[in-house]
Amino acid sequence: MIPTLQIFLIVSATLFCIGLLAALSRRHAIFILIGIEMMLAAANLNFIAFWRFGPQSQQPIGVMIAIFSIAIAAAEAAVGLAMVIAVYRHYRTTNVDQLDQLKG
Amino acid sequence: MNSAAFVVIAILTLAAAVAAATLQKLMHAALCFAVAFVGVAAFFFLLGAEFVGLVLVFVYIGAVAVLIVFTILLTRRDLEKDRSFNWSGVVIAIAVFGGLLWAICKTQMLSSSAPQIQPLTVKHIGAVLMTDYVWPLQCVGLLLTAALIGALVLVMEEKNSKSYRVE
Repeated sequence: MIPTLQIFLIVSATLFCIGLLAALSRRHAIFILIGIEMMLAAANLNFIAFWRFGPQSQQPIGVMIAIFSIAIAAAEAAVGLAMVIAVYRHYRTTNVDQLDQLKG
Repeated sequence: MNSAAFVVIAILTLAAAVAAATLQKLMHAALCFAVAFVGVAAFFFLLGAEFVGLVLVFVYIGAVAVLIVFTILLTRRDLEKDRSFNWSGVVIAIAVFGGLLWAICKTQMLSSSAPQIQPLTVKHIGAVLMTDYVWPLQCVGLLLTAALIGALVLVMEEKNSKSYRVE
């Protein structure tokens, strides 16, 4: 069995859904960030797979999008973790279910 | 493309991802997160995008995983273990997976094998990055600077601020 684009897409969809599971079902803020990072990695895997299996052009567009996406994900992770620390310092909890001060 | 390597990497990545999503101890989950990203980087190597794989290893395992471990250590008093689990998330994730799987299996022309390509060199990537993608590169630089300053401002010590303890 030679790996085809379909199999890469299935693996990437599985990784995306595991990330979605972590983001939706865990109540700890750090787990939510881990889930978001996994979903972004699945999207990057899709970009690279489509670049590899698609028609070749002069510019490696898929690779470029993946590089920029990794940079943006790193910025997002830094700000997200800083927010987790700020929230913890303020409320002494990182459980997102207890952060309901704005709830009507 | 080696199929045995593919199967091994897929099993490693998905097992580590499941462990990162479901383990109760935060620190174990963070380390499994790093292993999952090693697997994703190995996929990139397998697909011929070695540069992106190396960038992924540097950024995620070198920086993001370490940041997550630091955050866990800084917020440790809160909860060592995260026992709560929301089962409706599982249902939604399985539903999304079913939808994606249906879409992938219905799409034609996905089962062709990979075409031969000339290897992508770092020189080519650098040249493209400095010519056609120079504006996105500058924007990403601006974004990273803004994120750096924003993260610093967020965690800066507030003078005489009251700490609200959630009951």
